[in-house]
Amino acid sequence: MDLSTKYLGLNLKHPLVVGASPLVNDLDQVRRLEDAGAAAIVMQSLFEEQLLLEAAAAQAYIEVHENASAEALDFIPKASEYLLGPDEYLEQLRKVKAAVKVPVIGSLNGVTASGWLDYATKIEQAGADALELNVYMLPSSVTESAAVLEERTVEMVRTVRSKVKIPVSVKLSPFYTSPVNLVSQLAAAGADGFVVFNRFYQPDIDIEQLEVRHSLELSTSAELRLRLRWLAVLSAKVPGVSLAVTGGVHTATDALKAVMAGANAVQSVSAILKNGPSWLGKARDEMALWLESREYESLGQALGSMNLAHCPEPQAYERGNYMRVLRTWTRTNLGW
Amino acid sequence: MSDKSTMVVDGNEAAASVAYRLSEVIAIYPITPASPMGEFSDEWSARNCQNVWGAVPTVAEMQSEAGAAGTIHGALQAGSLATTFTASQGLLLMIPNMYKIAGELTPFVLHVAARTLATHALSIFGDHSDVMAVRQTGFAMLCSTTVQEAHDLAAVSHAATLRARVPMMHFFDGFRTSHELTRIQKLSDEQLLSLVDDELIRKHRERALTPDNPVIRGTAQNPDVFFQAREACNSYYDATPGIVAEEMEKLAVLTGRKYELFSYEGHAEAERVIIVMGSGAQTVRETVKALVAKGEKVGVLTIRLYRPFSIEHFLAKLPRSVQRIAVLDRTKEPGAIGDPLFLDVVTALTENWEGPLPKVVAGRYGLSSKEFTPRMVKAVYDELSASSPRRRFTIGIVDDVTHLSLPRGEQFDVLGKDVHQAMFFGLGSDGTVGANKNTIKIVGTETTRQVQGYFVYDSKKSGTITVSHVRFSDGLLDAPYLIEQADFVGCHQWEFVDQVDMLVTIRDGGTFLISSPYNPEETWKRFPIELAQQIIDKHVQVYVIDANAVAHEAGLGRRTNTVMQTCYFALSKVIDVEQALGNIKRTIEYTYAKKGAEIVRKNIAAVDHALANLKRVEVPSSAAGHHGRPPVVTANAPDFVKRVTATIIEGRGDLLPVSAFPIDGTWPTATTQYEKRNIALEIPVWDSSICIQCNKCTMSCPHAAIRAKVYDEPDLAGAPEGFKHTTYKAEPFKGKKYTIQVAAEDCTGCRLCVEVCPAKDKTNPRHKALDMIPQRPVRDAERERYSFFLELPEVDKKVAVAKGDVKSVQLLRPLFEFSGACAGCGETPYVKLLTQLFGDRALIANATGCTSIYGGNLPTTPYATDTNGRGPAWANSLFEDNAEFGFGFRLSVDTHQSYARQLLQRLSGQLGDELVKALLDSEQVGDGGIEEQRARVVALKDKLAGMSRDSVDVRHLSALADYLVRKSIWLLGGDGWAYDIGYGGLDHVLAQDRNVNILVLDTEVYSNTGGQASKATPIGASAKFATAGKATAKKDLGMLAMSYGHVYVARIAWGAKDAQTVKAFMEAEAHPGPSLIIAYSHCIAHGYDLSQGCNQQKLAVDSGAWPLYRFDPKRIAAGEPPLVLDSGTPKGSLREYMMNETRFRMVEKMDPKRFNKLMELAEQHAKRRTETYEQMAKLVVSAYGGTQPAVTTSTEAE
Repeated sequence: MDLSTKYLGLNLKHPLVVGASPLVNDLDQVRRLEDAGAAAIVMQSLFEEQLLLEAAAAQAYIEVHENASAEALDFIPKASEYLLGPDEYLEQLRKVKAAVKVPVIGSLNGVTASGWLDYATKIEQAGADALELNVYMLPSSVTESAAVLEERTVEMVRTVRSKVKIPVSVKLSPFYTSPVNLVSQLAAAGADGFVVFNRFYQPDIDIEQLEVRHSLELSTSAELRLRLRWLAVLSAKVPGVSLAVTGGVHTATDALKAVMAGANAVQSVSAILKNGPSWLGKARDEMALWLESREYESLGQALGSMNLAHCPEPQAYERGNYMRVLRTWTRTNLGW
Repeated sequence: MSDKSTMVVDGNEAAASVAYRLSEVIAIYPITPASPMGEFSDEWSARNCQNVWGAVPTVAEMQSEAGAAGTIHGALQAGSLATTFTASQGLLLMIPNMYKIAGELTPFVLHVAARTLATHALSIFGDHSDVMAVRQTGFAMLCSTTVQEAHDLAAVSHAATLRARVPMMHFFDGFRTSHELTRIQKLSDEQLLSLVDDELIRKHRERALTPDNPVIRGTAQNPDVFFQAREACNSYYDATPGIVAEEMEKLAVLTGRKYELFSYEGHAEAERVIIVMGSGAQTVRETVKALVAKGEKVGVLTIRLYRPFSIEHFLAKLPRSVQRIAVLDRTKEPGAIGDPLFLDVVTALTENWEGPLPKVVAGRYGLSSKEFTPRMVKAVYDELSASSPRRRFTIGIVDDVTHLSLPRGEQFDVLGKDVHQAMFFGLGSDGTVGANKNTIKIVGTETTRQVQGYFVYDSKKSGTITVSHVRFSDGLLDAPYLIEQADFVGCHQWEFVDQVDMLVTIRDGGTFLISSPYNPEETWKRFPIELAQQIIDKHVQVYVIDANAVAHEAGLGRRTNTVMQTCYFALSKVIDVEQALGNIKRTIEYTYAKKGAEIVRKNIAAVDHALANLKRVEVPSSAAGHHGRPPVVTANAPDFVKRVTATIIEGRGDLLPVSAFPIDGTWPTATTQYEKRNIALEIPVWDSSICIQCNKCTMSCPHAAIRAKVYDEPDLAGAPEGFKHTTYKAEPFKGKKYTIQVAAEDCTGCRLCVEVCPAKDKTNPRHKALDMIPQRPVRDAERERYSFFLELPEVDKKVAVAKGDVKSVQLLRPLFEFSGACAGCGETPYVKLLTQLFGDRALIANATGCTSIYGGNLPTTPYATDTNGRGPAWANSLFEDNAEFGFGFRLSVDTHQSYARQLLQRLSGQLGDELVKALLDSEQVGDGGIEEQRARVVALKDKLAGMSRDSVDVRHLSALADYLVRKSIWLLGGDGWAYDIGYGGLDHVLAQDRNVNILVLDTEVYSNTGGQASKATPIGASAKFATAGKATAKKDLGMLAMSYGHVYVARIAWGAKDAQTVKAFMEAEAHPGPSLIIAYSHCIAHGYDLSQGCNQQKLAVDSGAWPLYRFDPKRIAAGEPPLVLDSGTPKGSLREYMMNETRFRMVEKMDPKRFNKLMELAEQHAKRRTETYEQMAKLVVSAYGGTQPAVTTSTEAE
């Protein structure tokens, strides 16, 4: 079965891609992922904010004690190989790139205009085959409107696009008022593709200590629904861009649904973390088996087959979907 | 423009650069000011830098300088080219091996940054007392007078020792040369290679001990042969001066830089000559130039090769015309006819001078880096012109007791007009020194100008004031002394205007740049009158910039160094402004590139904004109406503090005469209370309505700046406005009034108390019983409140101690307060607790290290006294001997007590049997028992006062009566002392049966000297000398001590379990034999925000990195397991604990694979250790030996 797909201009053997995760921090693990069948590997995001914080912390807790005593000009050994900031990330990207044959996609979460541009360039120079721009931020400003924030994102993509040659995708959050409009603006600004949707750390509350706790739970298949809808809409309304799903793909069926909704690539993290790298090969084989048994010629036939433009019941993706769910939930099956 | 053959370095790097490249084995041990030489070697070795033969030298850190010397001796015997670096006490510890190495005629170079030896006091600064103390060992001694020489003569030493076979000590002045930053010509590997003769290396290796060609060394010889055999080396010493001279000539051919064993500069027919060694020679040479230009017949003889002293070379250089000679020694040999250099010169002249002997006088100068300046040199020459010059004199001080000192004379400036001199006043934490080092590197590498930087730090570890002395010149810069005529003075902290006299050295018409939060007019108005008047009198041009605002706007927080550096370049024009700005920006890009584009952009923005915000102050003609600078000590300070201590605090200690000082190093304690440093920007404020009265805040405070008291309501009469109080809820003081009070002017703003505070406001948990607020607005009110608080009566100690919980104990007055320790220090809360519990009867022996610096460094010291005038008596002997030193206290106190008891019995007839019996039988249990015994001693003294003083017994008992009250002996120090250099002594003292309490403040590195690894450093931690991460486990000191069986041992961490900490202190002190407390101490060397220290301590304990236990031998007799584990089975993650600290994290960043391996080892080790302790905690040890299983087991005492 021909499972091949084209994502961000990259020819992939199949759509199953390792999403941005800490899995890439261990080179042995990276090789295992490739051996297990990963079609491409997305690096963990380079978080500019973290780099800024680390630099500030280094200044506040290490440099502040330097040259302050006659007996000790510093307290932490100087080591030339101590990689700080982006160097550590870029070095790992180089190593991953050297370790595997499949495409390696860099990922970047910037906070400042200069950061986005500088790191995008550096990631390209380090050998990434494509770049995923993780535009997640938490807008808590009272004065900045959605339009201002969106315009800033569009401008950032335009600038990055003009400076790097590799394909660029934008990893979106689900919380935009008019996502299709935004995506089309981003596409016009030069984005080659989109990843839907980012998952975030969500705060929890410790009621004993009166403290906020952070953790990230693994995704479940239930989270796929939201993504299917928007893949279906975007692949129909903004043609010509690559789409990838991330979040909620746990089975071959999940992956097939995403492809049918319009995903050129299927990013997976939770399923791999839960089941190990072998999940990739298993899901790939099951997809092939299913397609074969249904006499598909290739995965390409299924791509976008169930999107807003092609599905038999487009209103199901729009307002009607809500109505229908309500209609099908009777008192009986709700157990009243 | 300079090229690759030059480098901007200090003397330590200059010497180490050669030593490293010409060595195979390097054994090291940290000691100020030589530590950086070892650190450079370790760093280069870790980076696989090669020596001139293409191999990477092996660097090994030892447990002491004695260990390093032994290792070197062995390495040399086995045929390596070896080196080491040391100073001061370290050099003394090497003496035995130095005799051996020399006696065996072994080629070897020891590099020394010469430093003062501890006598009446310790001093980290420079003089020749250490090198002069080893002049008899048989080592050749070669002295460098400049940083360039420290580089060049290092090479000469390594080359010459191979030929001469006499080991060499190459030395230069500590700090003045070791830490002076300047540009030097670098010796290339090729040049070094061509200096050392390969054939001589082969011969050295041929002499190595090897079973392939065995010989024996280190025999024991008898009276029949030893003497003759000792004389057999003579010809080698005779040949050495010639060899060194030839090697100097070889260097001159290679480099054009000429050196001589003795060099003479000055008038060809000089009548007055100074003979001197070390950096001071530069000052004399420059002064001589100026004087000769004025027509004076003066000259200077610089000694480089001091041992073997070549009379022939010496005489060849001394002009025959000389009539008067002053020999200047930088050491003091009390009781000698003269100091050593003087005696050598006199002997050389007496035996060999033809014709009438010149008059030779002896001068002493520069002890402990005392300034030695051209005016002093001129004063010496003036003295030589006197009809009858003093035979013995000192220069640089005022000796109004024995009247040895020469007058300092008039200001005498010998620097050329081309020399630009700038001084910068900053805080250690604001990056001023780092920025100046950058400036020097910029000018030193981008221009042909010569550069010089020297940096002065005060002795506090928090709020350190730094003064940078920076010079640039077109010609040579031979000025090894602080700036006396500044063209430019920069003040990087506004607060200094009321604290520091910054313009005392500014020249007429000089420039003063100050970072000020006010506009130019307001800034001027807020200058104290002293400063304003100096500005007017000296026609100073004043510029202001709100550097904090500019830095803040650029997003750099409080890091103002880029802003101030930019303004300096713009105002001083030491190099072209445009060029300078370009250079700064390039340096920024280079320095911050790794940290990301945003940080580069912010710094560059700061450069651009700096000039736009730089403003000139119009200076009026009068300073009338300005306020006066406030006094540096409080009004209630004793006379000595006002007279002496205050002068030191003001930075005018140089002016104090000899008569001002104690003759024997004895100083009054309790003086930090008078020095109000006001270094906290924010301080905690107490909300009594939320407070749960746990007193964890006072427990955690490193500086005793937050305190708790309970008292009766009527005591509140006269309380100042806003004095807070509430009702105390817990026994035994339930119902009394309760106050938490901050000493606002003494707080360092570390936040530990706020972080540890568990009391949160339920509706707004961000608000706690302690919040941080800006200090300045509340300073005056809080001063008054704290003053009232101090007047409130103290808690009844015996009641609080008997209760024994943290909150009761923390109501006790700390007798250790406001030390100079780092903000957030993890050690000092233990020291403070010790003084709260036992301070009124404690003698403290303190090993050298952080504890001795914040415990005993002038100007003010933190050990305090209670309302009865009692408090800890404290002394520091050395680093290596502290256990023995404190053991000596115990022997003496026990002896006094035993004699006093004997006298009591002898005098019982006169004193009354009842009183005597009560005195003798008192168990003195608890503070109540001690209070009763003290009362009996008062009664005893009363009786003795009425008895005849003719009786020896009465006189002796009167003097010793206080020893009938139990004394508490404490031996304090860090892990460097207890685990490494002092372990032998510590182990021996533990093996005795005397009642001493040993408190090890374990930061897991040598903190005071800058974070070098000790045997307490845990697996996986990066520390200097273990940069790649320590591969072996931390030594289990507690387990070793437990193996004796009679030693009380506790392992504690106050931030994790303060109740166990208090319990351990009380049990240890009550234990009649030796006790050992190993105390987890977080430290700036761990590389994280120390306000999180308590949380990190919790993680350390929960993860098994730091198990808590108490091993009490008294439980053995009770049939219980002596070991009680106070921390349960580890539940937290060791990784989480380790990842919070840079010392571990950087290992991961350097080499994740190695880190994971070390992490695994650390986990295994922690597990194994916990399992062992858990097993031990179940063992009941038979009092008669052997073990038997416990009937019941317990892992928790409480």
